[in-house]
Amino acid sequence: MTSLFQRRTVLGFLFSAPILVLFGVFVLYPMGFGIYYALDADSYRALFTDPIFTQTLQNTFWYVVVAVNIKLFLALLLSGILDYPYPWIRVLSALFLIPWAIPALPGILSFRWMLNSQWGIFNHLLTKFGFESVPWLAQHDTALAGIVVFHIWKYLPFWTIIFLAGRRAISHELYEAAAIDGAQPLQNFCYITFPLMRNLYLICLLLSMVFTLGDFTVPWLLTGGAPGDSTHVLATLAYRYTFQMGRLEWGMATFAVALPITLLFIFILLRWVRI
Amino acid sequence: MSQSAHSRHRLGVKIGLSVLAVLILAWTTFPVYYMILLSLTPTDDLFRPGLYISNPTLSSYIYTMTHDNPFVRYFWSQIWTSLVVATWTMLAVMAIASMGAFALARIRFRFRGFVSGLTLFTYIIPASFLSIPFFKMMADYDMLDTRLSLILAMVTFASPYALWVLSDYARTLPPEIEEAGAIDGAGAVTTFFHLFLPLILPPMIAIGTYAFLYAWNEYLYALLLLTGEQHIPLPVAMGNFLTTDNAPWNLLMAVSTVYSIPPVILYYCFKRYLVSGLVSGAVAGT
Repeated sequence: MTSLFQRRTVLGFLFSAPILVLFGVFVLYPMGFGIYYALDADSYRALFTDPIFTQTLQNTFWYVVVAVNIKLFLALLLSGILDYPYPWIRVLSALFLIPWAIPALPGILSFRWMLNSQWGIFNHLLTKFGFESVPWLAQHDTALAGIVVFHIWKYLPFWTIIFLAGRRAISHELYEAAAIDGAQPLQNFCYITFPLMRNLYLICLLLSMVFTLGDFTVPWLLTGGAPGDSTHVLATLAYRYTFQMGRLEWGMATFAVALPITLLFIFILLRWVRI
Repeated sequence: MSQSAHSRHRLGVKIGLSVLAVLILAWTTFPVYYMILLSLTPTDDLFRPGLYISNPTLSSYIYTMTHDNPFVRYFWSQIWTSLVVATWTMLAVMAIASMGAFALARIRFRFRGFVSGLTLFTYIIPASFLSIPFFKMMADYDMLDTRLSLILAMVTFASPYALWVLSDYARTLPPEIEEAGAIDGAGAVTTFFHLFLPLILPPMIAIGTYAFLYAWNEYLYALLLLTGEQHIPLPVAMGNFLTTDNAPWNLLMAVSTVYSIPPVILYYCFKRYLVSGLVSGAVAGT
C-alpha cells in the first residue's frame, strides 16, 4: 500500500513537473527578485513625495474600485436581459460579445480617434448640435473617464456571459414556486437570483479588481499618462519609472505598494475557489 | 391581474427590452463600426469626420498588404512574428496543461492541493506585476530580443487558466479510464496518451485557442522583450504608430481590422468553452 502511495506521489509530481518548473523559474524567482529590489526604503520616500505617484494612486482607485464595480453591476443587470428567451436576444448577445472578442488594442485606437479634440466624431457631433467641443484626452478628468469607459466597454461582455451562466445554473423550480406565491420580478431578483449568485458575484468582483489593478495596456495606449503624467495607473507609472527614467527600484516599489492588497485578495480567492 | 392587463404588461416589457437592446447594440458596435469606417476612408477625407463615408476605398488595405507606406513597411514580418509566438504558445500550453490536468484530476497524490494552489496563484496575480523582474531576468541571461523569451512569458501566464479548465473537465470523466489502463497492464504514460488525451480533445481545442489568443493579444510583454521594427509583433508596431504626430489613422485602422479578424473568428467558435472554467470553479467554490 505504501509503495502504491509513493508511486502516485512520484507520478503526480512527474506530470505536474512542467507547470511547477514554469512557476518556479518565471513566477517565484522574478517575484523574489522584485521584492528584493523593492525593499529599499529610499524608494518609498521618493515615491510618496512625488505628486505624480499620489495622483496615480487616486487614478488607480478610480480605475480599480469605481470602474470595476460599475462594470460588474451593469453586467449583472444585463445578464438578466440576455436571459429572456426571445430569439432576437440570441442575435443581440452574439453581437454584444464583439468588444470581448477583438483584442484590446484596436478598440483603444478606435476610442482614441473618436475622442480626438480636433478630428474626433464626438466633438464633431457636439459642435454640430451647437455645444462646445471638449478636449477629451487633453484634460485629466475626461481622460480618466475615457479610460474607465473603455474598460467598461471592453470587459462588460465577458462578465455578463459569466453571470448569464450563473443565472442559468439556478433551478427553474425556484422561480415557479415564487410565481405561485405571486412574486414580482424585483422580488425574484432580491430573494432568489441575488442570494444564489452572491458568491459568484464576489469572486468575480475580487478577480476583476486584481486583474484591473495590473492593467497596463488600456491606460498606456489610450492616454499614455497624458496630459502631464496625470492619468497614470500603477502599471504605467512603474513602466515610466523603470524604462523612461531608468529607476528600476522605483518601478518595483510601485508594484510593491499594491502587493499587500493583491496578496490579500488572492488569499481570499484561493480559499473560495478550487481547482 | 386581468387578461388584458397581463398582455399589456408583457407588451410593456417587450418595448422596454427593445429600446434597451437598441441602446446596447449601439454602444457595443459603434467603436468597431468606426474602426472599419476609418479603415475605408480615403486619406483626403480623414479630417472630415462623419458617421458614414460617401466614397469608401480599400487603398489602406492595399497599402498595408504591399508595404506601400513607411508605417507598414514590415507588416508581413510583424504579423508572422505574432503568428509564430502564438502558435508555439498554443502548443506548449496544450502539452503542459494536459499533463497538469492529468495529475490534478486523475492522480490522487500528496501535495496535489499545493500544485493547484500555485496554479491558481499564477492565474490570479497580474502578469504586469512580474513584468519588470521578468525583463531584468531576460536581460541578465541575454535573452532579450528573442522570440523564445516572449513565448516563455506567454506560456507561463496562459497555462494556469488552461490547466484549470482542463482539469475541471477531466474530473467529470468516469473512473474507468485508469481501471481499463490497469487491466491492460498499461503504465500511467500509456494511459495518458491512449486513454486520457483522446477523451479531453474538445476542451484541449478550446484551451489551445485560448492560449493562441492570449499570445496574439499580448502587448506589455511584447513591448518589453522585443525591439526593432522587423522583429516586433503586430500590436507593438501598432502602438508605435501613436508616438508620431502625423500617424495615418486610416492605415492604422486597416491594420487593426486585419489584426482583429483571427480572434473574432476563434472567439465565436469556442466561446462556450472559454468561460466554463471560471463559472464552474466559482460555483464549485460556493
